[in-house]
Amino acid sequence: MIKFILKGLIRDRSRSLFPILMVSAGAFLTVFFYSFMQGVMDDLISSTAKFDTGHVKIMTQAYRELADQTPNDLSIIGSSVLLDWLRKNEKEMIWTPRIRFGGLLDVPDENGETKAQGLAFGLGIDLFNSDSPEKKLFNIEKSIVRGHYPDQKNEILISDELAKKMNIDIGGTVTLIGSTMYGAMAIHNFKVSGTVYFGMVALDRGTIIADIGDMQFALDMPEGASEIVGYSKDMLYDDKRMINVADGFNKRFTKTNDEFSPIMLTLGQQNGMDEYLMYAGSMGTIIVSIFVLVMSIVLWNSGLMNGLRRYGEIGVRLAIGEPKGNLYRWMILESSMIGIAGSVLGTLLGLGISFYFQYVGVDLSSIMPRSSMMLSNVMRAQVTPVSYIIGFFPGVFASVIGTMFAGIGIYKRQTAQLFKELET
Amino acid sequence: MAIVKIKGLVKRYPMGGQKFTALDHIDLEFGKGEFCGFVGPSGSGKTTLLNVIGALDAPSEGSTVVLNEHVETLSQKKAAGLRNHHIGFIFQTYNLLPVYSVYENVEFPLLLLKIPKEDRKKKVLDALEWVGLMDKIKSKPAQLSGGQCQRVAVARAIVKRPELVLADEPTANLDSENSYNILEMMVKLNKELETTFIFATHDEKVMKYLRRKVHLVDGKVTKDEIIGKGAQ
Ligand SMILES: Nc1ncnc2c1ncn2[C@@H]1O[C@H](COP(=O)(O)OP(=O)(O)OP(=O)(O)O)[C@@H](O)[C@H]1O
Ligand SMILES: [Mg+2]
Repeated sequence: MIKFILKGLIRDRSRSLFPILMVSAGAFLTVFFYSFMQGVMDDLISSTAKFDTGHVKIMTQAYRELADQTPNDLSIIGSSVLLDWLRKNEKEMIWTPRIRFGGLLDVPDENGETKAQGLAFGLGIDLFNSDSPEKKLFNIEKSIVRGHYPDQKNEILISDELAKKMNIDIGGTVTLIGSTMYGAMAIHNFKVSGTVYFGMVALDRGTIIADIGDMQFALDMPEGASEIVGYSKDMLYDDKRMINVADGFNKRFTKTNDEFSPIMLTLGQQNGMDEYLMYAGSMGTIIVSIFVLVMSIVLWNSGLMNGLRRYGEIGVRLAIGEPKGNLYRWMILESSMIGIAGSVLGTLLGLGISFYFQYVGVDLSSIMPRSSMMLSNVMRAQVTPVSYIIGFFPGVFASVIGTMFAGIGIYKRQTAQLFKELET
Repeated sequence: MAIVKIKGLVKRYPMGGQKFTALDHIDLEFGKGEFCGFVGPSGSGKTTLLNVIGALDAPSEGSTVVLNEHVETLSQKKAAGLRNHHIGFIFQTYNLLPVYSVYENVEFPLLLLKIPKEDRKKKVLDALEWVGLMDKIKSKPAQLSGGQCQRVAVARAIVKRPELVLADEPTANLDSENSYNILEMMVKLNKELETTFIFATHDEKVMKYLRRKVHLVDGKVTKDEIIGKGAQ
């Protein structure tokens, strides 16, 4: 029987070709959409991870409570001890310390008089160590608008917008006025070696990037760090794995009675990212549901038309003595074959294009004004294991559901009625 | 032994608010091996009566026994079974399955009966030999003439060796030569296999072959005419 159905399908193009193309178009779009959205979401997650949360982040418990205010008096004091331990025990991860700080930026003229002043937010990162991941992580070299990457002590990068606003020249001196770890006033002179573009309004308005060593000195916090961030070496965020890493660390180092003991949080546990991750996870379901719905309606319609066209066949088969149930099952079998064939085709095509966009990507650098730290200028798809199967849901479901609906009409009709319709 | 036994058969169709009576208290019996038909003007109820006998249409009243089954109480599934096993249909418009070859069209009823492959092949070739289409086995219906198509339809109707063949205007689309060919073939089948044939027709050519003519007018039997020997 199945052979008989297949023969019919292969020979009758209007029965197979159009529906297969329909289904494969749907499966293709589903796979591609899904993979592409996955890529975009990943991008957003990874820029948050790079700049803010890490895949995991260690702070003192006290710092965590007030993290918004960058309370450096609550920083981690013996950061190098922790770093040594982390690097030894979590070898699959990259670890790096950072200091976040805020302050007043003062631009003096030749006479040392204030020329301009403004609030600035700053990040002290490891700029100079050869094994520091930061240079690559922040895409610093590509993001430089003017000047060059710092190569000497006390050289900093500032956002290009801030430099323009405050009339700061490359090579010029600026003074940061802040507070030390112990609450005293900190005044430190820096030399601007270059300007950068972040690609996010909030950051471009006024951000400084300095070396962590310089900041430890400026803020009087030797060995101190606001935070230590960790990334898995493949740079892919895996929530479960990171929770494991964090649990292991916290069991060892976090003490409930000591608010200065460190605590490690995963990306998912910070800044409401859990919701975002959940949303990213349910995105597949949303896309698939939409496609199943739309395609079911379209295929239902084409199933109805196909059914009309085949009234003759249906009538005569009933007259020959084929039970209606058999006919109905036949139609569903036919549609599942079409569904599977179309899904395979569409999925292959979708994966092909998605892989292309995963490795090559859509280069937006010609559209975007310049390279930035926050947004990668190449949009990429991300093929996940789900990409391989997701196309089959709309593909097979929709064609079977469409046919089931279309078939009910035939099923409900009186045999003789169908039969008469074919006589005319 | 009667193959078809009809008593007080009434068939009404809903028409607007009222009911239209298409068959009005029919009493008839057909025995094994008959070669007979319903004749009468258009709209007299020939097709309707044939459909009731073939369990394609449910009667409104009366009893209709076909091969010992009461068709008025038959479930959809049982009716299909009755047709499948015992009744062959031939239509005015051939109604072959266009995507399948001559061979496959004839094979189809046997597939439904789940007859094993070897057996199937023998039966299909037998039937095609009967209708003289051995040279067109692989052709598609679109590549055949009307007469050839109707011969395929005949082969499809008789391949399972049914007791009863119901033919609704089988010659209406054929020229006279093809009509006679088909009719000769049916007569031969009727003689050699004792297959019962019931026609619905107003074609003179068919009527010449009938050994019994049941005249219908407005859903009533007006005359039940037995013709001694059937013209040859
Ligand atoms: N489904 C239906 N609904 C309403 N009336 C119907 C239906 N089917 C048939 N009829 C009516 O029943 C009557 C008998 O129809 P039937 O098809 O049996 O005639 P017939 O003798 O086969 O005619 P013809 O020689 O033209 O084929 C007709 O008047 C027809 O209009
Ligand atoms: Mg008729």
